[in-house]
Amino acid sequence: MGNFKSTFSSTLGKKLIMALTGLFLCTFLIVHLVGNLQIFSHDGGKAFNEYSYFMTHFPPIKIISYLLYASIIIHAVYALILTLHNQKARPVKYAVYEGGKNASWSSRNMGILGTVLLIFIVTHMANFWFKYHNDMVPFVEYRTSLQTGETTVKEIPASEFRDFVKYVDNGVEIVRAKDLYQQVSYAFQNVWLVILYVVAMAAMGFHLYHGFWSAFQTFGWDHKKYMPIVSFLGVWVFAVLIPLGFAAMPLYVYFTK
Amino acid sequence: MILDAKIPEGPLAEKWSKHKFNLKLVNPANKRKYTVIVVGTGLAGSSAAASLAELGYNVKAFCFQDSPRRAHSIAAQGGINAAKNYRNDGDSVYRLFYDTIKGGDYRAREANVYRLAEVSVDIIDQCVAQGVPFAREYGGLLDNRSFGGAQVSRTFYARGQTGQQLLLGAYSALNRQIHEGKVKMYNRHEMLDVVVADGKAQGIVTRDLIDGTIETHAAHAVLLCTGGYGNVFYLSTNAMGCNVTAAWKAHKRGAYFANPCFTQIHPTCIPVTGDHQSKLTLMSESLRNDGRVWAPKTPEMAERLRKGEIKVADIKEEDRDYFLERKYPSFGNLVPRDVASRNAKEAVDEGKGVGSSGKAVFLDFADAIKRLGEDTVREKYGNLFDMYYQITDENPYKQPMRIYPAVHYTMGGLWVDYNLQTTVQGLYCLGEANFSDHGANRLGASALMQGLADGYFVIPYTVGDYLATIGPKPIDDKHPAFAEAKKSVEEKIAKLLSLKGTKTVDDYHRELGIIMWEYCGMARNEAGLTKAKGLIRELREDFWKNVIVLGKNEEFNQSLEKAIRVADFLELGELMVDDALQRRESCGGHFREESQTEEGEAKRDDENFAFAAAWEYKGYGEQEELHKEELVFENVKLTQRSYK
Amino acid sequence: MSKHMNLTIKVWRQKNVQDKGGFKTYKADNIADDMSFLEMLDVVNEGLTKKGEDPIHFDHDCREGICGMCSLYINGRPHGPKTAITTCQLHMRSFNDGETITIEPWRSGAFPVIKDLAVDRTAFDRIQQAGGYVSVNTGGIPDANEIPVPKPIADEAFNSATCIGCGACVAACKNGSAMLFVSAKISQMALLPQGQQERYQRAQAMVNQMDTEGFGSCTNTGACEVECPKEISLTNIARMNREYFTAKFFKEEEMH
Repeated sequence: MGNFKSTFSSTLGKKLIMALTGLFLCTFLIVHLVGNLQIFSHDGGKAFNEYSYFMTHFPPIKIISYLLYASIIIHAVYALILTLHNQKARPVKYAVYEGGKNASWSSRNMGILGTVLLIFIVTHMANFWFKYHNDMVPFVEYRTSLQTGETTVKEIPASEFRDFVKYVDNGVEIVRAKDLYQQVSYAFQNVWLVILYVVAMAAMGFHLYHGFWSAFQTFGWDHKKYMPIVSFLGVWVFAVLIPLGFAAMPLYVYFTK
Repeated sequence: MILDAKIPEGPLAEKWSKHKFNLKLVNPANKRKYTVIVVGTGLAGSSAAASLAELGYNVKAFCFQDSPRRAHSIAAQGGINAAKNYRNDGDSVYRLFYDTIKGGDYRAREANVYRLAEVSVDIIDQCVAQGVPFAREYGGLLDNRSFGGAQVSRTFYARGQTGQQLLLGAYSALNRQIHEGKVKMYNRHEMLDVVVADGKAQGIVTRDLIDGTIETHAAHAVLLCTGGYGNVFYLSTNAMGCNVTAAWKAHKRGAYFANPCFTQIHPTCIPVTGDHQSKLTLMSESLRNDGRVWAPKTPEMAERLRKGEIKVADIKEEDRDYFLERKYPSFGNLVPRDVASRNAKEAVDEGKGVGSSGKAVFLDFADAIKRLGEDTVREKYGNLFDMYYQITDENPYKQPMRIYPAVHYTMGGLWVDYNLQTTVQGLYCLGEANFSDHGANRLGASALMQGLADGYFVIPYTVGDYLATIGPKPIDDKHPAFAEAKKSVEEKIAKLLSLKGTKTVDDYHRELGIIMWEYCGMARNEAGLTKAKGLIRELREDFWKNVIVLGKNEEFNQSLEKAIRVADFLELGELMVDDALQRRESCGGHFREESQTEEGEAKRDDENFAFAAAWEYKGYGEQEELHKEELVFENVKLTQRSYK
Repeated sequence: MSKHMNLTIKVWRQKNVQDKGGFKTYKADNIADDMSFLEMLDVVNEGLTKKGEDPIHFDHDCREGICGMCSLYINGRPHGPKTAITTCQLHMRSFNDGETITIEPWRSGAFPVIKDLAVDRTAFDRIQQAGGYVSVNTGGIPDANEIPVPKPIADEAFNSATCIGCGACVAACKNGSAMLFVSAKISQMALLPQGQQERYQRAQAMVNQMDTEGFGSCTNTGACEVECPKEISLTNIARMNREYFTAKFFKEEEMH
């Protein structure tokens, strides 16, 4: 055990933790984005709400979600530890520093970008995760005729709601769920929140512009043939596509509802 | 005192093996009872310190730089010779020996040179085993190139950074011993005197360059591996810190200084641009493998070029004088360094020089680029071209380089016997700091070879013999010689700091350099040398009255460091002039205008000057006494060098 | 013909390691554009000396870009505004008449200032001493050609081996990390067959010493690679990480 302890307390080991947690969060982003795309389906939020239920109740996903929370915390804590360590490594600062001449802006500002993201995550979870888990969202019932495929949506009072249900009765599929969709639609009426989301997604873009590639570099997975692919994914998928996808949601809601 | 070179008996090829057998050995259990001091951590110093520590001796190593890795061996570019004959082109130990003796213009000791050639092969093995990344061929084996006029390809190289890679190899071996606790390393320490007690070197006096602490260190033997004294010329390709102080102090304590006038002037350096110039930059002479040296045919044309009335491209092929190719058809641009340098100087003296100062000739790659393509040329010389571009702001792919000779290496140094021991017992001298292997001119890629040969493969045997003789009794550092040496250093420093004059150390150094270059440079004559002797004396006297050295001893004080070094250069300069005066012949790097053939080539006088001149110090300002070590050539026939 | 210019230099002056230090401003007049940066400082120092003022102390030696001794942080960048060169190779033509140039020492806790612009880089030596070698004694070595090395590998090892140990990587890094330096040596040895015997213990020992010296940790900004006068590549750091993690997680070799 001493060996592993010393490994993870070395500067390289700490970076390894950053890279591992960071990459894990990256994979989560894909899943999260794909799921959240349900928001764009015109079904009064049915698919979205079913997806939210699935994500919060399917046991393996639950385990992963705890890992995820842990990762966020570890990533942030180690970032802080390393930042403090690095500041100590240069007790006297330069009077003139031309960092822009030799390193990208995002690589030099990972801490600030990360802090923005942390604030965002807290806000985000307070708005949705916390309210969802504490029954602070409305409830909804969907009735879909299996013959016509038409769906009717009806808000139901909390007293009528027991738990998520999905069953077929008389050729009609009935789904009762927590209406996170409604909560989302409601929340994104707030222009400030929309702005925060867009800014945060921009920060995420920059964070991953450096971070995704950087994790591979830290692992030492550097190969002349594969590194260009990693860089490509880092830039176009993680720094552009995913943040754009996420940012599109609040904008979509704000401008269409 | 009669100089005894202690050359072993027997046939040349067996001398070293026999000698090694005859040398006494130190009992392995006793080795840890000995301390050896190594001053300087270049190729010779690092390799010696590491090898001796591996054997079990305690080593104290000193360097004035901030790290042993920065010694000036690091700057050697071209390569290292070894008689491996990997190319099947007719090389052999004997041929390397022969080439070195001949290249040195028959002023080196046969036995030493043969040993050098013999151990050269082991050096390559050693370096490869350490992980030195020599250039390789696609088959994975080592690559070689022909270098500096050699007619076989025996030079191993690591791009243009061979010295760096070899030094880092030796430095890594040294580091391993520091890690093991066998070497105690003193960075930023300068040796300022040798302690000679009861006729034996028993320690040194050093100054800690950071806080000025002056202390003595005792040891059973002292090895000086402190490099050459080319900086006596102020402008040279040496590093700014290179100095003669350690060797000079040893000289003053009884070590004879041999052949001080033998200086090598390297032909392919970047010309001087102005008075502010602090050093000269050498470009590997491998450039001469593909570059062609020329000057405009007439002084008139050269003048128009200098004034900017015409451009290089305007000079037609027939108006270009490829003087080396013209005068030496069989060697062409690859003539030895001294010949190439002298011819460049001649062209300049005739008014055919180019560049704003007029003190340069061209080294042209246009043909090579045409023949090989720019990419191949870049691959071979890219780093040198970049360096040239960086310094001159001229693109050598588009216009010829301007080159001019510069002081590069000093063949002279402390006199040593076959065991590398100076005339002071227990005081050894290795590498460029000694005089032993290169005669009057050093071949390209041989300096690295000698430094490592001395450090890895000679000194571990020979110093053992001495140590076994004196026995492992601890050195008594209470001996009055220690206190006396320390006091003399302190007094000298106090004197320098008390002067408060009007001229800076650099002013004196620059002036000394001009005198040396003018009168004791590429061509020397009786009248000039005599004049120089007077000038140096005057300058030295003035220095001791009028120099400004600010600050105090007990601090990091670079002016003081420089002042101590320049004070010694001012003494050495005079000895160099004395040596050049007495050697009324031309040989190798020493060209006496009075001694030349009808064609203006150097003319040796073997009858009167086939000796090594070893000078004995007689006191400050006194004429030194000359001792001659006659050079006996039993294996090679002395011929006039001809590169026609 | 060379042009001349008048400059103002703002230089960090600090008497010794205990002193707090601060900036002082000097005039550097009539500076030729073909002077090297260090020659410009020589000129200023000559002037200061003649006025009886302590000259500006800075480290330098070979002045041909290979010894790694020069070390100035010029206008916010190590070795000044150009890339792939050391300060001694920087020429005044890279500056403009009337310009103010700020000169600072390398800033790193592991490189304490000795005086003015000179810093103590022995931390680098200690890292090398921890394992930057192949443990072979002098003599008793097989013939050099008994150890073939494929040319691409030899070239790659050479690229890593060109490090001059100047410390610009540390100076450039916003974290004061020495990983480019450390990784260059680990890489050289990891690539070559000669380095295999101690490959894994070496990586551990050198990284361990690097941490002991108090250097910062790498955030892969790549500033070191850009400022390295020998253009040592960031690939080396990845390789070092690989070596270190392999050693720590999959090998049994310990540091010796």
